[in-house]
Amino acid sequence: MAKIIVVTSGKGGVGKTTSSAAIGTGLALRGHKTVVIDFDVGLRNLDLIMNCERRVVYDFINVVNNEATLNQALIKDKRVETLYILPASQTRDKDALTREGVEKVLIELAETFEYIVCDSPAGIEKGALMALYFADEAVVVTNPEVSSVRDSDRIIGILHSKSRRAETGQEPIKEHLLLTRYDPERVELGEMLGVKDVQDILAIPLLGVIPESEAVLKCSNQGIPVILESQSDAGQAYEDAVSRLLGDERPMRFLTAPKKGFFKRMFGG
Amino acid sequence: MASFFDYFRSRKPNSASVAKERLQIIVAHERSQRQQPDYLPALQKELLEVIKKYVQVAQDDISIQIDNTDNCSVLELNITLPEK
Ligand SMILES: Nc1ncnc2c1ncn2[C@@H]1O[C@H](COP(=O)(O)OP(=O)(O)O)[C@@H](O)[C@H]1O
Ligand SMILES: [Mg+2]
Repeated sequence: MAKIIVVTSGKGGVGKTTSSAAIGTGLALRGHKTVVIDFDVGLRNLDLIMNCERRVVYDFINVVNNEATLNQALIKDKRVETLYILPASQTRDKDALTREGVEKVLIELAETFEYIVCDSPAGIEKGALMALYFADEAVVVTNPEVSSVRDSDRIIGILHSKSRRAETGQEPIKEHLLLTRYDPERVELGEMLGVKDVQDILAIPLLGVIPESEAVLKCSNQGIPVILESQSDAGQAYEDAVSRLLGDERPMRFLTAPKKGFFKRMFGG
Repeated sequence: MASFFDYFRSRKPNSASVAKERLQIIVAHERSQRQQPDYLPALQKELLEVIKKYVQVAQDDISIQIDNTDNCSVLELNITLPEK
């Protein structure tokens, strides 16, 4: 049985696409045949983050509308053997997605893939609802910041009421909190919500904490999912998160600020 | 031992704890709102009509809410009556 994982948040710019690329790549690196779908119709970006923007011929909407076959639209990753990308359309809008159309594509993907990762657009409108409707699991990407936490709670409410699992009375979607852009130093200074604060409020199990990292921008500049940068803090944090998603236990890392020298402590830096 | 520098640091309000407190309040409020059944607005309207037959009250003098605990639901109705 294929597992459908939605990467969602409500708020924009919190790291959904970065996380979708990292998690999808991480699952594929473990040998699981994985496809990452860009649900951000009209604003596609997953292709850039995964370095396949020049190979897009057909897209998700073409497949929904029977204008192309799934095999024509799927892009095979050049680095990781079992990884595929299904890009969003850049020219249509989110109304082009219908529940029946999305379901048809997911059913066909489920025949050959083990994991289907859905990169949700921001908001709580149609695009986001489509991305989460069929999910088995949800990765709720949250920044340690008031509006992001509030929007995550809103999305958790929607997972509880407007997903297929909720509407048909099945076992609820398995929820995971992924706290990203975490700055342990600011948390220690009392300037940023800490892991425990966010967990207290959202009350869903913690999948991982991804530190604020220079590696993320460096990687997106080059179209490399940050998890492939195995020396970087963010890459390692995503690697841990993927392991936990697969059921392994890993201690949380990158939760404390690196120790600074005397002068830096005195004068900042 | 608290140092000279710690003194200035601790004088600043800890903005993260302010954030947490505000979030706890708003999130609890929004959760209770979305757990309300769909029929509540209609029920509120009809109750208001009935009450209006007896006393002068306006739409915002009445508030209605359902609280769900583990094994029972309580319908809470608040009506502000006009002063005599
Ligand atoms: N851990 C991180 N450290 C630093 N920058 C990050 C991190 N995660 C995401 N970003 C940056 O935040 C921005 C938004 O990320 P993106 O994944 O596109 O968010 P979303 O898909 O939720 O809109 C991008 O510029 C990305 O490089
Ligand atoms: Mg995105």
